[in-house]
Amino acid sequence: MVRTADPTNLSTYEPILLRHVGVPEARTLEGYRARGGYKAAEKALTQMSADDVIDEVKRANLRGRGGAGFPAGVKWSFLPKDRTVTYLCVNADESEPPTFSNRVLMENDPHALIEGTIIAGYATRATTAYIYMRGEFWEQFHIVQKAIDEAYAAGILGKDIFGSGYGLNVYIHRGGGAYVCGEETGLIESIEGKRGWPRIKPPFPAIEGLFRKPTVVNNVETLCNVPHIIERGADWFLGIGPEGSSGPKLFCISGPVKKPGCYEWAMDISLRELIEDPRFGGGMRDGKKVKAVFPGGISMGVVTGDELDMKMNFTDPAKFGLLGLGTAAAVVVDDSIDIRTVIRNVARFFSHESCGQCTQCREGTSWMFKMTDRLAGNLGRREDLDLLAEVSGNMGMMPGMSICGLSDGAAFAIKTVIKKFRSELEECIARENPEAVKIALEVVN
Amino acid sequence: MSWKVIDRNAAPDKAEAPVLTDALVEKIRVFLPRYETKRAALLPALHVVQDHFGYVSWQAMQELAELLEINASDVFDVVTFYTYFWTHPRGEKVVTVCRSTACAFMGADSVLDECKKVLGIGEHETTADGKFSLQTEECLATCDHAPCLYVNERCHKHVKPEDVRRIIEDPNNAKLDIERSTLFDGVKGA
Repeated sequence: MVRTADPTNLSTYEPILLRHVGVPEARTLEGYRARGGYKAAEKALTQMSADDVIDEVKRANLRGRGGAGFPAGVKWSFLPKDRTVTYLCVNADESEPPTFSNRVLMENDPHALIEGTIIAGYATRATTAYIYMRGEFWEQFHIVQKAIDEAYAAGILGKDIFGSGYGLNVYIHRGGGAYVCGEETGLIESIEGKRGWPRIKPPFPAIEGLFRKPTVVNNVETLCNVPHIIERGADWFLGIGPEGSSGPKLFCISGPVKKPGCYEWAMDISLRELIEDPRFGGGMRDGKKVKAVFPGGISMGVVTGDELDMKMNFTDPAKFGLLGLGTAAAVVVDDSIDIRTVIRNVARFFSHESCGQCTQCREGTSWMFKMTDRLAGNLGRREDLDLLAEVSGNMGMMPGMSICGLSDGAAFAIKTVIKKFRSELEECIARENPEAVKIALEVVN
Repeated sequence: MSWKVIDRNAAPDKAEAPVLTDALVEKIRVFLPRYETKRAALLPALHVVQDHFGYVSWQAMQELAELLEINASDVFDVVTFYTYFWTHPRGEKVVTVCRSTACAFMGADSVLDECKKVLGIGEHETTADGKFSLQTEECLATCDHAPCLYVNERCHKHVKPEDVRRIIEDPNNAKLDIERSTLFDGVKGA
């Protein structure tokens, strides 16, 4: 079961994005329209010009919810003025552990996604939109496809939507379980029927994207915000949450907490509240203690149990040495878990998902996995920690060495664990049998 | 992602009869008008083929290449890049255990061990009767239900090691309780 914010606290916060969670009839077109659905799309298409829509979203400073936090309205305005064909891609590839907010949205409110897609398509003058959904989203595929079929049958998709003369086709494109396809140019390549190898930028997708045409890629959660901005205005949106991080946000919390789930709130809560507040995670199970938390998906890095006062907004995570807010999905590591198995799990993920295009990512992630695997197998050396820190410091877009951000994520995850849990890792190494390590190394070399 | 060596002597150039039947080709053709290029229909086509046969055979890849007017090597390239596609036959039901962070911290290892014990096979293996295949996957975006286990398309939530036998022996373990789209047939048994 997916839980929303506690109903007893609705006086302080009314769920917006998750308003249809636990309302099964909202999955159907009639149910959704009865609850005020498609009013925003109708308003945008019949009363506003495309530029008005872009200006409104720009003014609301709707920052992308997919991880990078780039303002959606600004992204739309990068499209060249003299374009003839524009494509809109919806990123529903959601593969970052432990993120599942898009899944919750698509499961419970598929029409909200379609409505957001229509408005975004109208604003960008796109006539075709592809929802890139990861291959493992079976149930979600059936739910969203059914919603699309319903919308076509009712004339909400297709030609001349709401009598405005604007037409949009929406197709679901199913991926094949590759994390790298969540990167926007990897996603575009994948829709073109190729390997999901990210492209070198520039040219950015807004200039030359899908089928070499101007393309906009937006996350599911970002698009689900758009109808509310159109309906209630940018000022309403700016009034939620702190400056620079406005609007409702979905937070995922998983791991050994009492109530794992997807929750919606303004971006003014701290990580501690997300874990311990009865409205959200509800505290740790069985009296366990928080050892570490990956607060924004594993690629953003880790914080220790002493750093839980971090605010979950776009600016605060950087102060704690993290890459950013990411997907705002926190996974808690309790004190019974060996940090070496955590770092091994994280390293394995990135070595498995690296697309293999850039050398330092392909080799770096697999060597980091080999080293952490050795650490977890009681065969670590003190030098390994320095080596891991060195390798992770030498990969990624930030030193300017790779095509996409996957290696940044891998680097930050490993780098922050080494930095913040060095003493524990060193203790583990000190407990090892030095003879065994020596023999193992002789076998390897 | 990984290299695969094909034994050219063992792989026949072409079978007598095409494996893609007219009905399947018709199903794939539905996707062609959606895209600017024919090649873009490759991923949907692969889904259709895998849904029907359970895997994408070398022969099917060649025929897909012909249908979409691309090189067979391009099809092979794509099939082997995406972990979702199988290049060899798999069991009727595929048991997938998530092994990423949230599931791992909640005990996915012991669930996987129990699956191995109950099915009597290792990871990425198929039982002798062809009923089950077992695999692990990275994050399946069901972290709130960790640890999770999929039987084909159906997600089993909060699985404990002692539940594994009951789930695997349940004949309806792959049945979805929602209405299915006809666009993709889905894995058999769903």
